[in-house]
Amino acid sequence: MRRLLAFITAFLVLALSLCGCSSGNAYGAYSELDEELLSNYDYTRFMGQDIILNVANWGEYMCLNEADMLDVNEAFEALTGIEVNYTTFASNETLYSKIQSGSAEYDIIIPSDYMISKMIDEGLVQKLDFDNIPNLKNIMETFLYPEYDPTNEYSVPYLWGMVVIIYNATMVDEEITSWASLWDEEYAGNILMFNNPRDAFGIALTYLGYSQNTEDELELQEAALLLKEQKSIVQAYVMDEIFDKMEGGSAAIAPYYSGDAVTMMAENEDLTYCIPVEGTNQFVDAICIPTTAQNKEAAEMYINFLCEAEVALANCEYTGYSTPNQAAYELLDDEVKNNPLQYPSDEYLTEHTEVFVNLSDEANELMQTLWNQLKIDGTNPWLVPIFLVAMLAATVFVNVRRARKKHSDHL
Amino acid sequence: MRKLSSKIYMYALYLFLYLPIIVLIVFSFNVSKSRSNWTGFTLDWYVKLFHNETILTSLRNTVIVALAASIFATILGTTAALGINSMKKRSKTVFMNLTYIPVVSPEIIMGVSLMLLFQIFRTSFGFQFGFASLILSHISFDVPYVIYSVLPKLRGMNPSLVEAAQDLGCNQRQAFFKVVIPEIMPGIFTGFLMSVTYSIDDFVVSYFTSGTNVQTLSITIESMTRLKVSPEINALSAIIFLVICIILITKNIFDNRKLRREQEQFRAAQRKESMV
Amino acid sequence: MKVSKVFAVPYAVWVLIFTIIPLGLVIGFALTDSDGSFTLQNLFDMSDYMAVLFRSILFAIIATVICLVLAFPAAYIISRAKSFNQSSLIVLIMVPMWTNFILRTYAWMTLLESNGLINKFLGLFGIGPLNLINNGGAVILGMVYNYLPFMILPLYSVMVKIDSSVIEAARDLGSNNFNLVRRVILPLSMPGINSGIIAVFIPSVSTFVISRMLGGGTSDLIGDIIESQFLGTSYNPHLGSAMALVLMIVVIFLMSLFNQFGSEEEVMP
Repeated sequence: MRRLLAFITAFLVLALSLCGCSSGNAYGAYSELDEELLSNYDYTRFMGQDIILNVANWGEYMCLNEADMLDVNEAFEALTGIEVNYTTFASNETLYSKIQSGSAEYDIIIPSDYMISKMIDEGLVQKLDFDNIPNLKNIMETFLYPEYDPTNEYSVPYLWGMVVIIYNATMVDEEITSWASLWDEEYAGNILMFNNPRDAFGIALTYLGYSQNTEDELELQEAALLLKEQKSIVQAYVMDEIFDKMEGGSAAIAPYYSGDAVTMMAENEDLTYCIPVEGTNQFVDAICIPTTAQNKEAAEMYINFLCEAEVALANCEYTGYSTPNQAAYELLDDEVKNNPLQYPSDEYLTEHTEVFVNLSDEANELMQTLWNQLKIDGTNPWLVPIFLVAMLAATVFVNVRRARKKHSDHL
Repeated sequence: MRKLSSKIYMYALYLFLYLPIIVLIVFSFNVSKSRSNWTGFTLDWYVKLFHNETILTSLRNTVIVALAASIFATILGTTAALGINSMKKRSKTVFMNLTYIPVVSPEIIMGVSLMLLFQIFRTSFGFQFGFASLILSHISFDVPYVIYSVLPKLRGMNPSLVEAAQDLGCNQRQAFFKVVIPEIMPGIFTGFLMSVTYSIDDFVVSYFTSGTNVQTLSITIESMTRLKVSPEINALSAIIFLVICIILITKNIFDNRKLRREQEQFRAAQRKESMV
Repeated sequence: MKVSKVFAVPYAVWVLIFTIIPLGLVIGFALTDSDGSFTLQNLFDMSDYMAVLFRSILFAIIATVICLVLAFPAAYIISRAKSFNQSSLIVLIMVPMWTNFILRTYAWMTLLESNGLINKFLGLFGIGPLNLINNGGAVILGMVYNYLPFMILPLYSVMVKIDSSVIEAARDLGSNNFNLVRRVILPLSMPGINSGIIAVFIPSVSTFVISRMLGGGTSDLIGDIIESQFLGTSYNPHLGSAMALVLMIVVIFLMSLFNQFGSEEEVMP
């Protein structure tokens, strides 16, 4: 026993020392910034103050730890002496839960449009001091004063994209053009679907020809019915798990965000995409500071840093999403600038896409309930009564037997 | 015939238990990130593992939380066991039932209820989720296991031992530290080990009580499975698996040797007796 | 023994703060709305989720039964092995428990996927690809895999105490294998079966990781729904608490029902 203890202690000491001696350098990534591209900003004013900045972002949504690319957080740490504690979330709704539940202490969050307006309404995010974010000048004008933040006080656009269909050409023979393919029996068991209500309903509503922002109860019910119909041929409801499944070829067709489609297509040559003819959703993810943030000024410094041309460029190149940052856009290759998946024309966007707006509480609640019903559906309705009867029978049986036993004991 | 079929059954069972782990370990040597295509042998992931700050930080957090929680749980649990052991039957039953609650309640309920508690702490006196909440909740589910492993030792102890010590001139305190504690030490140690095991493996309770700024290994791995599991994690689990195997196998060899020696001594004694 | 009861006081305080008050909070949240006023609405809303609760119970029962069926012979074989081998065999059962639980489940994803290793293997014989993942069966498999040791260990620890002479005596008195198991081994291992069932059923009925990873969001369990009320896609801790409360009551009910069975069996001749 004592030996065992010694072994374990040795192992723990080893583990700890390994943690201690590991250098902070990411493997193959670099953290030196190009001086010429860096704006004139005092990044060193928090040096040596041991500030930790808690950043919450979508998965695979920042250029980190990638060989031969800028490691954004490492670069920020090297430049400012502020430590970045980076975590990821899977969907807008999860982020909202974490903030509402109070278990999260974030300084920086990057939610999407409709969630930002919901958070502004509920006082979960605070106004920014743009004196600390001079790089706002880099943001394209079309992205300023957006519908979700009409006064442009709470958020700075980070990246944008569209919802597209991504499919594996070896498993799908035809060229896909419409959302209808997601309901095509031919691909039964090979379809992946969004695992969050807003995106899933968005698709169903667009397919039905309704607005994605409808609050009409009948239209939402109809969309729910359509999603229910789809459930039998859906392989899995996923968020970021899609990378694994599509790149590995274990599913044929799925709707997802355009930038991630670019990333997946780069990993697996068989994958291709389509922007459905019925139209789709365009989204903007923007950087905000929650009301509970501990280090507001440092957070604003981080926002300014993310708007640096070189940093924004690294982020949009790594993620495959489109940048709202003019300075970064100018540094992009022409090939990317002309890619209709990443930078469609303004006319195309206004004609074919719709941006989510925050729905009323009632509509949100209805959508949530319909979604929950969709997800839990699938058990036989007879299960409940059968189970209750079984329970009852078991209780009666036990008691009768006990009574009998007592009776026979008496004899 | 029966021997053979039971042998086959056991092999099949062990294959079932080990197959996923073998797959994990094999793919830690795979060149590409793919989990199903073998593209060549490499040790790269092991090198990268020691440069991956996220994984190493969460490993360190796991060790810190597990050790802190287990040490505290061992102390709390041992004193509790001493107290419970000297109780009358009725209050003993009450305490044993209380101890039973965390063992039988579903982990998710424990996680959720502790999360609600820490939220109250947070709004009432600025408590922050992190190491404190993790360690507190880990202690809560560790303590019962310590009590369960210490109590039987206390019950099995001969009460005259303490009296003997006192007759021989020990005062109460000395009797306690020199007689009682060494006597129940194996139980304390088992309880400590079980606490460490449960703390290291725990996901559910940590998931609800960790907040967002301190991540344990389980939480990091879980958030990776939502995205892409990097083979570095495979490498880490291969290393942990190897270490565990070495520890358990050595322990097993020592135990067996001890057992064999005892049996030989016993046999020798018997032989002597029969000779006499 | 002069050790006083005072020693249990810190523990009592601890239990009060970290077990009883939190459970009280769950009940409190379940019976209030977001303004903090009393309501039964959350419990009424629960009726929408009864189907999912029953599915969880059903899955957990199936997983428990499979575990019992698999573990019973295994524990018996180990308990009858030579004592040197016994400890090694038991250690071999325990080793997988030391590998991270999420990683083990993840490894099953690798194995079961439509282009995973099992389907590749079957493909060599021209079978498949079979649909092995993202369904209820995969979730149950995950439960069985993860919690099987919890069944084997307690079973082994009671079976190892059954004296071989008892079994020989039963044989000598002319009982066949079936009767030997039914009349001798089964009643004697009842305490082990009892704790094994508790150790498998409770984590199975409340899991949310296994169903998410192996069920692919198509067969959500009550654990998934509770999780989504607290940290997931539909934030509502009051409804989540109501679900947790109902789950707790169901677990207590099922366990007490089962314990009655167990104690009956134990005293059976």
